[in-house]
Amino acid sequence: MQDILFYIFAAMALGFGVLVLTSRNPVTSAMCLVLTLVCLAGLFVLLHAFFLAAIQVLVYGGAVMVLFLFVIMLLDLKAEERRKIQTFGLIGGLIAVGAIVSIFFRSLAASRPAGSGALTLEGNPYPLGKLLFTGYLLPFEIVSVLLLVAMVGVVLLSKKDLK
Amino acid sequence: MHAGLEQYLAVSGLLFALGLFGVIVRRNLLVIYMCLELMLNAANLALAAFSRFNNNLDGQVFVFFIITVAAAEVSVGLALIVAVYRKRQVTHVEDLATLKL
Repeated sequence: MQDILFYIFAAMALGFGVLVLTSRNPVTSAMCLVLTLVCLAGLFVLLHAFFLAAIQVLVYGGAVMVLFLFVIMLLDLKAEERRKIQTFGLIGGLIAVGAIVSIFFRSLAASRPAGSGALTLEGNPYPLGKLLFTGYLLPFEIVSVLLLVAMVGVVLLSKKDLK
Repeated sequence: MHAGLEQYLAVSGLLFALGLFGVIVRRNLLVIYMCLELMLNAANLALAAFSRFNNNLDGQVFVFFIITVAAAEVSVGLALIVAVYRKRQVTHVEDLATLKL
């Protein structure tokens, strides 16, 4: 059952990922990205990372994508007219991505990672929070400062008269 | 086929490749940004899979941090895109070639 769900979610994530690239209208791209993120949240649930799945839906699928849609509406983007497809860029992209994918899959086939032992890990909020506030306390505080800096930066950037 | 670590890593690699291809090929700033998000999520999936199959919670903490930093990055990046649009009225990277010789 879990294997079937894995394949369904993986296929849907990849399919909607392709639609993000190919659709001409940015709003369609954003909607497909939301669906990809939700499918990834499903994969997180299959990996027993329940807290991460909730965060993925709330922060990514909710907040971040709403921000994207806001900006798309703000800029009033229309569906792009057909631009001439740059063959050079397409060929370069295919070569670069093909090289990376082939390196990745060959190393995957060579090492065949399998993990270790029985799967007992549960990504519940309690153990995760405990680890976050003991072993990772300093990074946690640094991230909070980073969020503050980002907020100040955004306010400054959005001011009317940018000097 | 049983869905083990290898299968999850394969999906993550394919998603990353999709995102990279989009960043290279697409010309719309916002779509490029969405493809960047796709690449970040592929990395998240790989980390969560490693965490699950190695019985180590550190990977999930890392995903937590990545999501937070990505949220900050998105807000700053979108503010920059809006600022560029206010000044130049363009969202295509081809039209932003002032630095080109």
